[in-house]
Amino acid sequence: MEAYILSLVVFGALNVMLALGLNMISGFCGQISLGHAAFYGTGAYAAALLSISGLPFAASLALGALVAGALGLVVGFATLRVREDFLAITTMGVGFLFLGFVRKQEWLGGEFGVAQIPSPLSPLGFAVLAVGGALAMVALSLHLRRSWMGEVFRAVAADEDAASTLGVDTARYKLWAFVLGTACAGFAGGIYAHVTGLIVPDAFDFIQSVTILAMVVVGGIGSTWGVLAGAVLLTLMPELFRFVNDYKLLIYGALLLAVMRWSPSGLAGLAALVRRALRSSPA
Amino acid sequence: MSLLEARDLSVTFGGVHAVRGVDIAVERGELLGLIGPNGAGKTTLVRLLTGAVRADAGTIRFDGHDITRAPAYARARQGLAMTHQLVRPFRDMTLAENVSLAAAHAVTARPLAALLRTGRGAARRRAGELLERLEITEFAGRGAATLPLGVQKRLEMGRAIAIEPRLLLLDEPLAGLNQTEAARLADLIATLNREGLTVVLVEHNLAEVLRIATRLLVMVEGAVLASGAGSEVMRRGDVRAAYLGESRAGTGEGRGARG
Ligand SMILES: Nc1ncnc2c1ncn2[C@@H]1O[C@H](COP(=O)(O)OP(=O)(O)OP(=O)(O)O)[C@@H](O)[C@H]1O
Ligand SMILES: [Mg+2]
Repeated sequence: MEAYILSLVVFGALNVMLALGLNMISGFCGQISLGHAAFYGTGAYAAALLSISGLPFAASLALGALVAGALGLVVGFATLRVREDFLAITTMGVGFLFLGFVRKQEWLGGEFGVAQIPSPLSPLGFAVLAVGGALAMVALSLHLRRSWMGEVFRAVAADEDAASTLGVDTARYKLWAFVLGTACAGFAGGIYAHVTGLIVPDAFDFIQSVTILAMVVVGGIGSTWGVLAGAVLLTLMPELFRFVNDYKLLIYGALLLAVMRWSPSGLAGLAALVRRALRSSPA
Repeated sequence: MSLLEARDLSVTFGGVHAVRGVDIAVERGELLGLIGPNGAGKTTLVRLLTGAVRADAGTIRFDGHDITRAPAYARARQGLAMTHQLVRPFRDMTLAENVSLAAAHAVTARPLAALLRTGRGAARRRAGELLERLEITEFAGRGAATLPLGVQKRLEMGRAIAIEPRLLLLDEPLAGLNQTEAARLADLIATLNREGLTVVLVEHNLAEVLRIATRLLVMVEGAVLASGAGSEVMRRGDVRAAYLGESRAGTGEGRGARG
């Protein structure tokens, strides 16, 4: 039971990192991405291979995040000229490319993935590390929103061309969003690889990308606390209701559409509504 | 040397030859009124000069530097600012936030500095001064999307001035304002010009343009038809014909509500 709780904590924290990272790209900067799992996978594979080759755990984690961020930079660069719907399709393509590539690579274990990844921490140790990492990303996310970079992200999300007439190099800022967000995913991937000791390509598929996006959208795109809540909620849901696991893509897809249709600002928007209602109702 | 000098500028959209072989020179310190009937290519010329649209042919020099191939943000940093005919505020920001972002241009030009810094004080103060001058302080905290058109027009101007340009290109800043507001804003434009800012003013409100412009340039069908002192240009037969050809737009009336 305790092992189960601890692993739930780890996966909840990993999802928080993934969702917050995607939120930097899609929520703060307005660049929709349907391939976030590819960067999660990149971090996982990179950290796993480095650990196996004898590098210390901490270094593997850091390098995993770096490699994922570097790939984020490349993908960001390649998609600079595409916007909105086309960006969604392109990033989805990146996800499929990643899977297709990994599955065919002998040195990455092909379909069977990478096994016997060293496990340097106890279950409790991993839980502490994951929660610590998630909290650090909450802090980063809150800071980013308050910084001038966050303010520029808002402008880029609203109207890229108008922002560039004010002297903002919008391309550079979009790349920053991609690098920061994908490095967060890479860091989560490194932890994931060491927690499970075994990674397979399917863990980083399209369903995973949609799941992360669903966490962001359900939580409230652009809101750090909302996304945090969304990630926790969607981590618990398949645990509480077994059937959710079997129909993940269907349920999360439907959830995505429903939130976009009826409550575009997600849980964060609902919370704001409730707060306003409480304030305006005579106590 | 002129502050801005464009030679033989041309651009085609699909089949429409929006700007065809335009030569234009903007002198330091002038307030150049740019007029012409609907569809003459005024907005397109402004967008070519600021880099929002790439020219098919021609060259643009700003303060002696060739900026023909420079992206829009680089031209803005060199001192070229514009307002949009169709207002484009950052919709989920307040009026003050919109102008502050522009006022923080020194920070936002360096992403790493922008990531590290959170202090809004200096930019807020600068934005506050501009809102004061534009007489829209009372709207400072309101969401930009909810503002009346007249205020959004002035938001555009505030944002453009906030980047401390050397050349300000205004695309119909008076459209959507009532007569009193238009006159006050025109006064402000004239004052900014007297303080040293070079201005190109695209405007259909001829009365105000003739009142404040130091020179007039007339565009018709993508080309420059005439240039010179306002009263002289307006006496020319070809200029009158160009205007009369398009349903009395020359008075600027009936265009108030257009964005
Ligand atoms: N992005 C575009 N795509 C296609 N055609 C365009 C585009 N922008 C402008 N045009 C066309 O180019 C011509 C010049 O348009 P422009 O907006 O520059 O005129 P204008 O002088 O600013 O007119 P107005 O006084 O109505 O603002 C018009 O025929 C217009 O339809
Ligand atoms: Mg126009």
